[in-house]
Amino acid sequence: MRAALKMLAGVYALAVYGFIFLPVAVLILYSFQATLFPIPPFTGPSLRWYEAVLGDRRLMAGLVNSVSVAVLSSAVAVVLGFLAAYGFARFRLPAQTALRALITAPLMVSYLVIGMGLLILFNATGVPKSLVSAGIAHAVINLPLSFAIIYSQIGDHHLYAERAARDLGARQWQVLVLVTAPMLWPALFASFFLAMTFSWDEFVMAFLLTRFETTLPVEIWNLLRSGLNPKTNAVGSLVFGVSIMAVLIIELVLVRTLRR
Amino acid sequence: MASRADWRPWAYVGPALLWTAAFFVLPFLAMGWVSLTAYGTGEGPTLANYGHFFANDSYRQAMVNSLEVTLAVTVISVLLAYPFAWFLAEIVPERWQRLGLMLAILPFWTSYVVRSYSWLLVLGERGVLNNAMTGLGVLAEPVQLANTRLAIITGFVHFFVMLLTLTIFANLKQLSPSYRRAAADLGASGLQIFVYVILPLTLPGIMVGAFLTFVLAIGDYITPQILGGGSELLMPQLIMLQVGRRGDFPMASALSLLLMAVVTIAYFACARWLKIERA
Repeated sequence: MRAALKMLAGVYALAVYGFIFLPVAVLILYSFQATLFPIPPFTGPSLRWYEAVLGDRRLMAGLVNSVSVAVLSSAVAVVLGFLAAYGFARFRLPAQTALRALITAPLMVSYLVIGMGLLILFNATGVPKSLVSAGIAHAVINLPLSFAIIYSQIGDHHLYAERAARDLGARQWQVLVLVTAPMLWPALFASFFLAMTFSWDEFVMAFLLTRFETTLPVEIWNLLRSGLNPKTNAVGSLVFGVSIMAVLIIELVLVRTLRR
Repeated sequence: MASRADWRPWAYVGPALLWTAAFFVLPFLAMGWVSLTAYGTGEGPTLANYGHFFANDSYRQAMVNSLEVTLAVTVISVLLAYPFAWFLAEIVPERWQRLGLMLAILPFWTSYVVRSYSWLLVLGERGVLNNAMTGLGVLAEPVQLANTRLAIITGFVHFFVMLLTLTIFANLKQLSPSYRRAAADLGASGLQIFVYVILPLTLPGIMVGAFLTFVLAIGDYITPQILGGGSELLMPQLIMLQVGRRGDFPMASALSLLLMAVVTIAYFACARWLKIERA
């Protein structure tokens, strides 16, 4: 009975793994297609579509734009989130529960709605569509995330080290930069990385808030308009490969330091 | 302790508060105001945009479609993910669990736009699935799978099974084994332990995951746009249509706020399970 249940569970789990992997496997396989359409039969392997992607100026520009937007907006989100978390953890503020709720509120709202609001505000104030607008939107959604992660990690035990530093003559900014931030670095690193991945993959706000220069997801979207195309498979597979490598690096770095 | 007149804490929390006020609260107020103005003339305040939504069948239908699809996605994803997470947490040996979980969320790292597109490759008329089915003689000729509601739901479920597996797995791992032992000592069978002990204890985790699924799915434009192929409109598509075709920001704002209202109602419906725990 128990063995039968285990068998059943195993078969079920394999089926779910199959479901999860099916589209990705198809995506990658047909990125090596030699002919014009990513549909059976498989005619590859060929690298022509990877060459096409690497030679596509718009896609490469989108890649660079995406990385810049992700790095800068995540940096803004983490710095603001860190300062706010420090303020709430070390001081007593009037209406602090409400203020904390305000900072985390964007987590509850659809990206589409936040993007629409910003588009309307920027339209009304004459701010043109640009990568900066998209970066601002990304920082809006990533600030609550960074704040929540860092706030949950600031403990009172860090207080003694901060006091000790002050007693030894450190100025307040030195305490923050040289004592508090290094003690919290796993939280800072985790929130920065998480913010990067959200920004890197975000579509709808970038779509609404940029015009000529835009991010990679929007460029991929433009590519989709031409229908099924192995080039889209190739760029998708490349993004997948890069993300997996990033995850592995993070995993190694974080696991190493946590074990120490 | 800092006194009331102390400005120091504001130097820390101020930037984040200002940022949120300028780029989150202010846009909301702007959107609220714009939703009360008339398209073209800008006159207002008027409730005409909201009136138009409730009077217009095709607009209301978009909301109904959104609710139906999102609820179906939420329920199916939970039902698929729970046994899977249970398998990972209970059957898989401890040392392989991390790997099993990482594999289960691997496609998470593909681009969001590309993930929907890759389902087109599977479900398309000459796609992998139709090709295999006709090849095996199960189907005489290809059936339409892409550009249907089924395709939209499949694409969504694929993403949210991964998300829910993560949250439910974490929940199952947090349970102390002593609950199970206590129930077993008191004579409960395996099934009884699951139904009366494990399931109620993991309900909060399920609800958090289900709420997250609901919020993310109902606001998503990409999946229905790519996989639905215009067979029916969902709310996010209707909103984007207002902006794209006519630049009708008043209507787009009103529809966005109506979508927000639905999410808020869902939040209050689940609120008793959604208490965010503090360390």
